[in-house]
Amino acid sequence: MTAVSFQEPSLYTVKAAFILDNDGNRLVSKYYDPELYPSLKEQMSFERTVFSKTHKADNEIAFLEGMTIVYKSSIDLFIYVVGSAQENELMLMSVLNCLFDSLSHILRKNVERRCLLDNMDGVFLVFDEVIDGGVILESDPQQVLLKVNYRVLQSAKEQIKWSILK
Amino acid sequence: MIKKFDKKDEESGSGSNPFQHLEKSAVLQEARIFNETPINPRRCLHILTKIIYLLNQGEHFGTTEATEAFFAMTRLFQSNDQTLRRMCYLTIKEMANISEDVIIVTSSLTKDMTGKEDVYRGPAIRALCRITDTTMLQAIERYMKQAIVDKVPSVSSSALVSSLHMVKMSYDVVKRWVNEAQEAASSDNIMVQYHALGLLYHLRKNDRLAVTKMLNKFTKSGLKSPFAYCMLIRIASKLLDETEGGHDSPLFDFIESCLRNKNEMVVYEAASAIVHMPNCTARELAPAVSVLQLFCSSPKAALRYAAVRTLNKVAMKHPSAVTACNLDLENLITDSNRSIATLAITTLLKTGSESSVDRLMKQISSFVSEISDEFKVVVVQAISALCQKYPRKHSVMMNFLSNMLRDDGGFEYKRAIVDCIISIIEENPESKETGLAHLCEFIEDCEHTVLATKILHLLGKEGPRTPQPSKYIRFIFNRVVLESEAVRAAAVSALAKFGAQNDDLLPSVLVLMQRCMMDSDDEVRDRATFYMNVLQQKQKALNAAYIFNGLSVSVPGLEKSLHQYTLEPSEKPFDIKSVPLASAPITEQKTEIAPVATSKLPEKLAPSRQDIYQSQLSGIPEFQGLGPLFKSSEPVQLTEAETEYVVRCIKHTFSRHMVFQFDCTNTLNDQLLQKVMVQMEPSEAYEVMHCIPAPNLPYSQPGSCYTLVRLPDDDPTAVSCTFSCTLKYLVRDCDPNTGEPDDDGYDDEYVLEDLEVTVADHIQKVLKPNFGAAWEEVGDEFEKEETFALASVRTLDEAVGNIISFLGMQPCERSDKVPENKNSHVLFLSGVFRGGHDTLVRARLALADGVTMQVTVRSSEETVVDVILASVG
Repeated sequence: MTAVSFQEPSLYTVKAAFILDNDGNRLVSKYYDPELYPSLKEQMSFERTVFSKTHKADNEIAFLEGMTIVYKSSIDLFIYVVGSAQENELMLMSVLNCLFDSLSHILRKNVERRCLLDNMDGVFLVFDEVIDGGVILESDPQQVLLKVNYRVLQSAKEQIKWSILK
Repeated sequence: MIKKFDKKDEESGSGSNPFQHLEKSAVLQEARIFNETPINPRRCLHILTKIIYLLNQGEHFGTTEATEAFFAMTRLFQSNDQTLRRMCYLTIKEMANISEDVIIVTSSLTKDMTGKEDVYRGPAIRALCRITDTTMLQAIERYMKQAIVDKVPSVSSSALVSSLHMVKMSYDVVKRWVNEAQEAASSDNIMVQYHALGLLYHLRKNDRLAVTKMLNKFTKSGLKSPFAYCMLIRIASKLLDETEGGHDSPLFDFIESCLRNKNEMVVYEAASAIVHMPNCTARELAPAVSVLQLFCSSPKAALRYAAVRTLNKVAMKHPSAVTACNLDLENLITDSNRSIATLAITTLLKTGSESSVDRLMKQISSFVSEISDEFKVVVVQAISALCQKYPRKHSVMMNFLSNMLRDDGGFEYKRAIVDCIISIIEENPESKETGLAHLCEFIEDCEHTVLATKILHLLGKEGPRTPQPSKYIRFIFNRVVLESEAVRAAAVSALAKFGAQNDDLLPSVLVLMQRCMMDSDDEVRDRATFYMNVLQQKQKALNAAYIFNGLSVSVPGLEKSLHQYTLEPSEKPFDIKSVPLASAPITEQKTEIAPVATSKLPEKLAPSRQDIYQSQLSGIPEFQGLGPLFKSSEPVQLTEAETEYVVRCIKHTFSRHMVFQFDCTNTLNDQLLQKVMVQMEPSEAYEVMHCIPAPNLPYSQPGSCYTLVRLPDDDPTAVSCTFSCTLKYLVRDCDPNTGEPDDDGYDDEYVLEDLEVTVADHIQKVLKPNFGAAWEEVGDEFEKEETFALASVRTLDEAVGNIISFLGMQPCERSDKVPENKNSHVLFLSGVFRGGHDTLVRARLALADGVTMQVTVRSSEETVVDVILASVG
């Protein structure tokens, strides 16, 4: 290991972020560091490793292939944020939380696979507003929602369901 | 919004994926509706989403099809649907690298960026900067400057972050926006502040003064954003590290004050920065450790993880500083997050007492199969450290390691275990047989060639000297039958060592060797044939030279000499003695034990220090024809620390000459030194032949001058000599600010400390893996023995240390470690004397009042024996 004893000051905090379903398939995936897993094959194998080590236990944080990974699961989805080994884990957590809360809001708390796929455009926009090329662009979910300004059109069935749940 | 997909899909439940069977060509076909008027925002949005989804899945788009879709997409700018527009921006960014002529959207984006709709402005800036190159950047520079200081935070942030991305490409243009960035840094918005700070630092990071000023400003005025605080802490600790600032610096105070920040993220960043600083004292660490201790009981797993990981780091250097957290760590060893539990246990293993080892090991073995390889390596390294600390615990550890060895795991993990077992075997002779047995079992089913060959080599070295060598033969020969070429070759070499050491095994080894000679691989056959012939001679000396103790030359040196020989073919056979010797490896530095294990750096074979000197010296014409460099000493300081001029000397020994390399540094900023040389006055018959001055020695730039000395030919026993040294030079005073020197100067000199040449400078360390065999090989032709009384020495350890450093020879068979509570010890030393004479020393030590030492020296040359005995006496 090279003796990088301290963290090089930089805004490039996030190395990658992705959402997998409960079979480990990629739904959304962004890699921000072109040197990290440049090919699709490497990305897929990394995602497989991460999934196999994290899907059983809801542990919030893991260390794999020299990367710090924070994650969160919801129903049949797994959301991951990846940073370097020296990265401040709490910074990564704040990105993860912001992503999750924003998604949760645009998906009307239905953070599950089907709903996510039905609102894929909104999901892409949320990612775009939270992380820009590896830099944390926004960490406050309220601000993200304001910027994305995304409205979910609901089916009648869902509308009824939500009005009952409220 | 996406329309509902067909009914069937809906009913089949959540298992279906509306994007599952998307065909790229079909989607591109659909993209034709972008050209329809009026635009149907909903359908178009759905198609754009599909395109981005496909790109996201890693689908490859050809340039033509991407360009086509991109051009069709540009029409969608006519629609005013917000989401559709935003998706257009995303498409532009995704396609920036695969489509051609993306710059045609520049004007649309510029319009959106400067328009009234705030929702569009930020994203439009980011999309625009993504497609802009250096030449076009000039055109939008004005807008960028305005955007950076825009009062809408999202616009300002977008502009700042995009500028940061463009620093790599167009540093000179972005540099001109420093004033705007400076203004943005005092924004009320926390993200704008953070991004502005990041950009400012990137623009100024090469200018230490500017960074210092910036730090001063922000640490005084304070910031709102916790992210910005983290960034400041990193900048401050980097600056502290570079300037080697003491811990009384205001920067350190700033970092320490952040330990009291409201935000956990900042507190953790500060604690981590302090922990990672080199040379922190326990007292300075204490406040950082106590906040980490608090984090250990946080309900957030990430925070507990961060805390215990950092504490683990502290425990490596300052175990006592972490002892206070032992209770908190105990609570974490049952944490449901196994990473946290592992880190807690390995930390406790470092800080805890010997009595708790068994309990912790039991705990950890209960879940070792659940944790990732990275952490398994951490565990193994902790065990390795523990074995050194508590050697008596090796049986517990060995058991544990052998269980781990049987589990599944990657190469790094297995290598860590094997290394650990090997080091235990070397430290504890009584664990040797169990350890070898575990390793034998492991290579029966080992997929890693590197590990198999390493273990076979170890078996060859250690196996023959165990009470029952025959039991290893089966394991080794199995490898010959089953494995790949590299492993087979290693197995053959190991077999040969058994045959050479044990006469009763020799016939069977010869039979096996015979079979290996039929191998399909050249290397294996060659080795088998070679060993077969050597073994059949049944001569101890041959065995020692060709089977036990391999080549002692440096490999890059050998390569160079052979290349030279092929360039200038001569009648004379190649002389192996002309090749520089490999300096014995200085005990490898312990790699840092951290869960940061897998760096992806390829391991390069770094040339040794001596190879570097060799090539440096051969570049100087006066030193041509001295032959190969025999030995380079460690640097010797010839001045006190903190003097005007700092001089250190490295002694390079050649076969008939010595070159003294003086590395000088001028620490006066108002002087330029010229024609710097060191005048040497020898006390013995050494002849100073040449001085090569350093032409210029400006302030704080090190330079080297050399002195060449011929060793006395007529008296080979004159190995030690004292030189009185004087530094001579021409001083030219200069302006400390500009460095401009005066026209004329004056000669001056400076007296240095005396330089000693000792017997150690004439002997190169060479490790003989099997000392006994080497001892027989050299033979007793020139053996001499003498007894000395070392009155001033009190312990055996001290005596051993003194002898090693005095003779500069390599201790063999780990005989430099004196077992505890013993009154006598035998030290084995080996080396090569200048001129290529193998030299071996056996020193028997006995402790009475002082230490009595009986020294036996063997060498291939009589004078060498005399020289060594004379210098000891």
